Amino acid sequence: MGMTVAEKILARASGLPSVKAGDVVEPKVDLAMSHENAALVINQFLEVYQGTSLQPQIWDPSKVSVIFDHRVPAESPKTASNQKKVREFVAAQGVGKFHDIRGDVGGICHQILPENGYVRPGYVVVGTDSHTTSHGALGAFAFGIGATEMASVWALGAVLNVEVPATMKVNVKGKFKKFVGPKDLILHLIGKLTAQGANYKVIEFHGPTIRSMSTSGRLVICNMSVEAGATAGIVPADKETARYLREEAGVKGKVTPVIPDKDAVYERIIEIDVSKLEPQIACPHTVDNVKPVASVKGTKVQQIVIGSCTNGRLDDLAMAAGILKGKKVSQGTRMLVFPASGRIYAQALAKGYIGTFMKAGAVVMNPGCGPCLGIHEGALGDGETALSTTNRNFKGRMGNPNSQVFLCSPAVAAASAVKGVITNPRKGAK
Amino acid sequence: MAKVVIKLGDDISTDVIYPGRYMATVLPSETPQYAFADMTDFNSKLKSKQIPAGSVILGGRNFGCGSSREQAVSTLKGHDLIIVAPGFARIFLQNGINLGLRTVVCPTIEASEGDDLEFTEGEIVNKATGKRFAIEPLPKARQAIIDAGGLIPYTRKRLVATSPAA
Ligand code: SF4
Repeated sequence: MGMTVAEKILARASGLPSVKAGDVVEPKVDLAMSHENAALVINQFLEVYQGTSLQPQIWDPSKVSVIFDHRVPAESPKTASNQKKVREFVAAQGVGKFHDIRGDVGGICHQILPENGYVRPGYVVVGTDSHTTSHGALGAFAFGIGATEMASVWALGAVLNVEVPATMKVNVKGKFKKFVGPKDLILHLIGKLTAQGANYKVIEFHGPTIRSMSTSGRLVICNMSVEAGATAGIVPADKETARYLREEAGVKGKVTPVIPDKDAVYERIIEIDVSKLEPQIACPHTVDNVKPVASVKGTKVQQIVIGSCTNGRLDDLAMAAGILKGKKVSQGTRMLVFPASGRIYAQALAKGYIGTFMKAGAVVMNPGCGPCLGIHEGALGDGETALSTTNRNFKGRMGNPNSQVFLCSPAVAAASAVKGVITNPRKGAK
Repeated sequence: MAKVVIKLGDDISTDVIYPGRYMATVLPSETPQYAFADMTDFNSKLKSKQIPAGSVILGGRNFGCGSSREQAVSTLKGHDLIIVAPGFARIFLQNGINLGLRTVVCPTIEASEGDDLEFTEGEIVNKATGKRFAIEPLPKARQAIIDAGGLIPYTRKRLVATSPAA
């Protein structure tokens, strides 16, 4: 019986000739990522060794990555102390892929991993972050786990008791209209599947639209696969994956893709044609409350946010800067831009996007998670509305349960910033 | 017997269970104070111990969706609550199993606030209505972690067994 990409990867990593959905396996981990919550992982990791005569030692520090991004720079003594503890721990353990708070090599974990070539096709990647699904964009099997599970991975180098998920296949065809792209596609799919429609499943993306999509776009759709409940989203690796890893991530050596067998078993197949798709928007307070932008146009917006692990990459900033060039952010609306990494920040600076944002009146913030999860900056006032290119709009997500968050693409966000109300960038476009 | 102290809707996210702004608090000993922090009434009842240990939170479908933050589990475990829901989001359920939070998957459950539930082998009996609902058994591999008392002791055992030094 043929295997899907996830099944092939899990079989290889578990040392088995083949696996199928429902099997329980113990895959070896190729990359284990944490962010500030490494503080909790350390706590649990040390507890594993309690009462044994063993020294706490990470199984393979070269396969562990720790990245500070959620609260950078630290917003409180508590966070700063946690970061200090993590910094000391990774130094003592010799963790290889550590990214501290820096303007050159820092950034959001889900951008740092791909841009440094840490993820390769066929890898098993685990992260203490639900959006670890992002890395399926490079043909890996990548999924989010909790801190205690990561402590177990640090100790043993494998994930225990993984049930091989069933895979659904999404075939995408058609050419996007102007100002419509990967974010609109994934919002549309989440709306169709609902927030739990892919629970415990893998979404494997196929079709000509995906084949011609950049890795940056693939990161968007895999990132948000978890918003439909998916364990992982995967774009099988291809020429574009190899190009990205070589040209943008500086990877040398062979890139070997893992592709599904022709007779792979899919639990469900979904066909999508994007050629008629209009810009989409997720309305408060669930990600699956998706509508065409036109149906909520005119809604007043106090804060626009462009950035995050979903849409803080160079092409996103290029799109937003293109719309904002020579224009101003509407009075009464504030616009926050946070590039996904220091590298992207530098590239955007060189291309003039940062200057465009500043001239327009936007506030350009340091790379990191910024306002996405409402921890330390860019909070909303009572009754305020935000329009954001991030990935979650749950009640209270941006720090205030008495506010509302809409989710959209960078094009919708930028066009709306100019008008101060939710705006369809396609108005007048062909 | 356990009383349903609150009934919640579908898709209760980890942002509702444990708001992101308290994420700098990580230790299981400190997280319980922020359980459902934005549902201020319920939070204060939990904090003032008006809700007895072993009470039931009745969730809807996809309980615990969203972030992987383990605080969403340790905060509920700290109050020794039982979470009954027709379905859970994957990471939340796994975190619950790993930390020993009592999570019960009961796809057809019908109950209201104030109802007393009895947990039997494979079934929940709603004492208020007399109706019985099947509990979905956990996969064996997950049950093994629960039987070991959580993922930490489970991992410890494996580590000691496989370590050349031991
Ligand atoms: S940008 Fe937002 S969604 Fe992405 S890792 Fe940071 S907090 Fe999570």
